[in-house]
Amino acid sequence: MSTMLKDKNKDNNFVLNSGQNELFTNPDADAAREVFRKKSRALKPKLSTAEEVVRTMVQDGDYIAIGGFGANRIPTAILHEIVRQGKKHLGFAGHTSTHDFQILTAGECFDRLDIAYIIGLEARGLSPNARRYVESGKVKLTEWTNATLSWRIKAAAMGLSFMPARNIMGTDTFKYSAAKEILCPFTGQKYAAFPALYPDFAAIHVHECDVYGNAHVYGASVSDQDLAKAAKRLVLTTERIIPNEKIRQNPEGTFIPYWCVDAIVEVPYGSYPGNMPYEYFSDEQHIREWLKYEKDPDEFKKFIDRQIFGTKNFYEYLELNGGIEKMKKLRAIEFLIPNE
Amino acid sequence: MADYNPLELMICVAARNLEDGSTVVVGTGAPCAAAMLAQKTHSPNMCILFEAGGVAPILPSMPISVGDSRTFHQAIMASSMPEIMETCQRGMVDYTFLGGAQIDMYGNINSTMIGKDHGKPKVRFPGSGGANDLASLCWRTMMMTVQDAKRFTNDIDFITSPGYLKGGNTRYEAGLPKGTGPYRIITNMAIMGFDDDTKRMKVLSINPGYTREDVQENCGFELLWADKISETDPPHEDELRILRDEVDPHRYIIGR
Repeated sequence: MSTMLKDKNKDNNFVLNSGQNELFTNPDADAAREVFRKKSRALKPKLSTAEEVVRTMVQDGDYIAIGGFGANRIPTAILHEIVRQGKKHLGFAGHTSTHDFQILTAGECFDRLDIAYIIGLEARGLSPNARRYVESGKVKLTEWTNATLSWRIKAAAMGLSFMPARNIMGTDTFKYSAAKEILCPFTGQKYAAFPALYPDFAAIHVHECDVYGNAHVYGASVSDQDLAKAAKRLVLTTERIIPNEKIRQNPEGTFIPYWCVDAIVEVPYGSYPGNMPYEYFSDEQHIREWLKYEKDPDEFKKFIDRQIFGTKNFYEYLELNGGIEKMKKLRAIEFLIPNE
Repeated sequence: MADYNPLELMICVAARNLEDGSTVVVGTGAPCAAAMLAQKTHSPNMCILFEAGGVAPILPSMPISVGDSRTFHQAIMASSMPEIMETCQRGMVDYTFLGGAQIDMYGNINSTMIGKDHGKPKVRFPGSGGANDLASLCWRTMMMTVQDAKRFTNDIDFITSPGYLKGGNTRYEAGLPKGTGPYRIITNMAIMGFDDDTKRMKVLSINPGYTREDVQENCGFELLWADKISETDPPHEDELRILRDEVDPHRYIIGR
């Protein structure tokens, strides 16, 4: 962070209390405007590949955020490619990150973390490898919460530098965050102030979009509408490409507009092994396999060599784990079709 | 008396606290089971919310994730995380359930880490997720947990989610919304509430098969006691039947 920003905070007598941990991104709204000023607004086709996107849009040291919800509607192809290309020293927004976190941890791709929820896979248990990595001391940790990260992203989506809210005050979550406490200028009420989060790069998996990036998303949307606006560079992976006419027939259904989007990769079944609402359920057997191999670091290394480094791309990975046959089964589970 | 395990008792007691017409944010596991049981018994129109955006789903089965397809199956709305959290912040959500590795006498909960060095935790847990948000912003927070003296401790390593902080008025002085806070701690041994003035944990009833001594010995701090301690009403036959046959037929939760 710039020294200018630090000095500003020091002399700021509006601040009652400060979280002591590091703020990994610059919340300055004018700095963000300069970036967005240069971002292309051209209505042009943006089709690419995961390989090209990660090679050209993700630099070592970038701060990244991933759409969806851990193992629901995640851009697996991009996550694998970040590991495959050996990206390092990333900052990461751990906003209920579960399987996405497992993948990035397998490559030890990040070294600083904004934490809301990490390591766990909800009802499935904890990831032994993610736990080892976070407990190793190699990663800088700043605490937040799910709502806090949502609101940090929302502040950025609104073009602001912070968002006030009424949670986390008085806890250690606040103490080890980089939040501040301020007073409302109208009521005198105490508020937590959360710095806007403008990620360098974000990837979101969507149900369908046109070649320009106008996208439809179905089901719970988590923070993705705000994330699409907050990210300086955004790639969509999509189950399928649809014609632009289909967007224009139903303009109120546009979840992400094209100007947020820098690149598009068509990846059918692209959330696998995660759940994709109304398409296919998560592959619980495969996720259990990850958790099993993670117990032994040597076995896990072989597993990752097979699954990620040994596969050229997402399709080879999908094929390795059952391909279309597997997807048919996962579609049946999603649609609650009883098995024979 | 019906035969039941501790988890079944906790889920049944939790469900009785969720009245019809109320709103509750739940996670996966026992809280979701309690909410489903309440819906299938006395609270058919209670609204279940999931933090990733699901509102009032008709749950076909237990979700694996609070963001999976089941959490908005035939729902009233598939919204977003900010939508759910802002609904909590506006004061529209009555109940939530939290879990954790440690809880202190004011209902502060740790789900972040064991150890004293934040940068190099002895044991790292997932962290807040939505727990701090829900504990901060929902009116009444409940917890279902097995009780022992290590888990119920005032030597809590990290306050992830706020209870009554240091007791008295400190929660509201810190800036958290007035009138919110821990409501019931439902353990395998007893049901606790919180004292109106000191905000310390206070035993309301003891579960069948346990004594006052059991409850205090399995708690690392001194408990307060209600003037009249009753025996917890154990699970009823119909509650158990619905819980076992309809809510969790595969025993994912109650079989643990």
